[in-house]
Amino acid sequence: MRMTKCSILAASIMSLATGVAHADVTLSILIDTNPETIASFDAVSKAYREKHPDVSFDVEQRAGGSEGDNIIKTRLATGEMADIFQYNGGSLFQALKPQETLADLSDLPSQAGILDSFKKVVTSPDGHVRGTPFGPAMGGGIFYNRKIYAELGLTPPKTWAEFMANNEKIKAAGKVAVAQTYGTTWTSQLFVLADYFNVQAEVPNFASDYTANKVKYANTPAAMRGFEHLEEVAKAGLLNADFGAATFDDGMRMVATGEAAHYPNLTFGIGNIQQNFPDNLKDLGFFAQPGTDAAKNGLTVWMPSAFYVSAKSEHVEEAKKFLDWIGTKEACDLMAKAVPSGPYLVKGCELPKDIPPVVSDMLPYFEIEGRAAPALEFLSPVKGPALEQITVEVGTGIRSAKDAAALYDQDVEKQAKQLGLPNW
Amino acid sequence: MVTRRSPYPYWFVLPAAVIFTVLFLAPTIASFWFSLTRWDLFTTQFIGLENYRQFFREPFLVQGLVNTVIYAVLTSGAKTVLGLLLAVLLTSGLWAQGFLRTVIFFPVLVSTIGVGITFSMLMHPTRGLINVALAAVGIHGPGWLTDPALALYSIVFVDLWKGIGLATVIYIAGLASISPDYYEAARIDGATGRQMFFRVTIPLVKPATVTVVTLSLIGGLRSFDLIWAMTRGGPGFSSDVLASVIYKQYQAGFYGLSTAGNVILFVLIGLIVLPLTAWFNRKEVDL
Repeated sequence: MRMTKCSILAASIMSLATGVAHADVTLSILIDTNPETIASFDAVSKAYREKHPDVSFDVEQRAGGSEGDNIIKTRLATGEMADIFQYNGGSLFQALKPQETLADLSDLPSQAGILDSFKKVVTSPDGHVRGTPFGPAMGGGIFYNRKIYAELGLTPPKTWAEFMANNEKIKAAGKVAVAQTYGTTWTSQLFVLADYFNVQAEVPNFASDYTANKVKYANTPAAMRGFEHLEEVAKAGLLNADFGAATFDDGMRMVATGEAAHYPNLTFGIGNIQQNFPDNLKDLGFFAQPGTDAAKNGLTVWMPSAFYVSAKSEHVEEAKKFLDWIGTKEACDLMAKAVPSGPYLVKGCELPKDIPPVVSDMLPYFEIEGRAAPALEFLSPVKGPALEQITVEVGTGIRSAKDAAALYDQDVEKQAKQLGLPNW
Repeated sequence: MVTRRSPYPYWFVLPAAVIFTVLFLAPTIASFWFSLTRWDLFTTQFIGLENYRQFFREPFLVQGLVNTVIYAVLTSGAKTVLGLLLAVLLTSGLWAQGFLRTVIFFPVLVSTIGVGITFSMLMHPTRGLINVALAAVGIHGPGWLTDPALALYSIVFVDLWKGIGLATVIYIAGLASISPDYYEAARIDGATGRQMFFRVTIPLVKPATVTVVTLSLIGGLRSFDLIWAMTRGGPGFSSDVLASVIYKQYQAGFYGLSTAGNVILFVLIGLIVLPLTAWFNRKEVDL
């Protein structure tokens, strides 16, 4: 109560003095610990505070992965959420009961400039947009070391067979062909998840049939292939010796410094190299996970994360005002300058001219119609929680690809039942 | 058995009773209810025994259960045997006895997560101190935590390193309470050292044994923190125990399902520990 009275007093003094009816407000904000997130937020929050000296930010950081999911869900449910928080779109967003827990952002003026492909993944079942994009879109695919490619005269592969042929040549040259990092378990899923462009190229209605419980991984050869790739790479002896214990940071270091030739991951790893090994950034390249047909080569895309406003926030209006600005071209240009690691989803928002090669490798996929498709998690709420353990098993040789796909189908069934989805 | 009236008035126990009810009794009863629902923290929907059915269908539940029992029996057994031997050693008037007791007890005081992280560094397959040392003498060390056949046993080893001090201290207290008269009498009767250990020490240190076995068995059955810090149940599911299976359901947001898992863990610990305690107590009366 005292606080309120004080701020009312302060506000009236300020309005008397300056004629602006604004109270000082501190917006609490919860973001993850990714270097790219921090760099982007630093850029936009600094600019916003210059425009609005009466607003300040109280930044809190959280873990990523399932640990982070847990924090977000628990804090929303208990009413302890920060005013604004950063989180994924798609299936993870849908699991938050967005129509009850998040403020409606559909009436913000800046929403008009945001691409529909993004708005779709942050729209609650009642048709209202609840998030605004923060950061660049990402690709899921394979990082490669450009020096090794140049040295051995290789070219980025367009089919899986070409990829494996490259791997054999790299192995023959005495180098680690593929880095895997099962110490950070989520990284083991990439060969499966980043293969989704190839799955949908072959089975166009996979996502909707999958959600409706009509198709399974185990009975769809195209979907099985991701698991098979993982098994094949492990069996061919292409991996780093410490693949079971290495972490995401190790993987990015290996591919950037040439300790390994390839590392499958999401392009947000670029921020990691920018921070830890800036001199090696120019050696880093990227290509989409190749499929069976060179003519249908394309990239699986991860939407940027979004900023949301908690419906229980005491500063909903101020928070929405900030998010409205985040959605403008002006704010987007600042983020694109701070983190030029992928395309931004605000109309007219361009990346700077001097982007590293790894980003220019990625942009053509977005620019040519039909060469990019969203990952399955943005098309279907169904995603089993044990996939990362199952893919570690396949990648370590504990379980065959066939078994793994069947087991994952079982895991997915459990999740769908727990979500109470129809048809399961 | 005669029921004695408590010497304390009711108001005296009231604060403790309120805390116990609010923080322990009520959540326990509530958990039985939530285990019968589909619960996403926002809403609950009654689904009967479906969560239990699902939990028992969990593909890694059986392996998790087996691992839990292996883990509990190995850690508890080794703590009992090694704890007693160390206690005998450290009460035998050894040089620097006080210092050695401190050294043995010290790991108990360190945070479990800290120990877990430290040992996962030491056990790193290529850069870890253990394998680097082995390589120096020409041995190619295994992936202590990355080999699915080894991971659980590596964690058991660390649990022993960390927990043996407590068992030793309990045994030292137990040994101190044995009157020297018994040993003197045995010596006059011409008993050998071995006979004294098996015929005097072991029977008379029984109360300490009961405490060590019960505590370490319960600790082993519900062990979680060390396993989570070292392998998160991996590689794959190979070092999963009941508690980590439950935690993963919780992480996935399946709150009703994970509550059902906790009820099962509660029942399992009860089923193992209650008969064991009853058996121990009966033996104590027989003595």
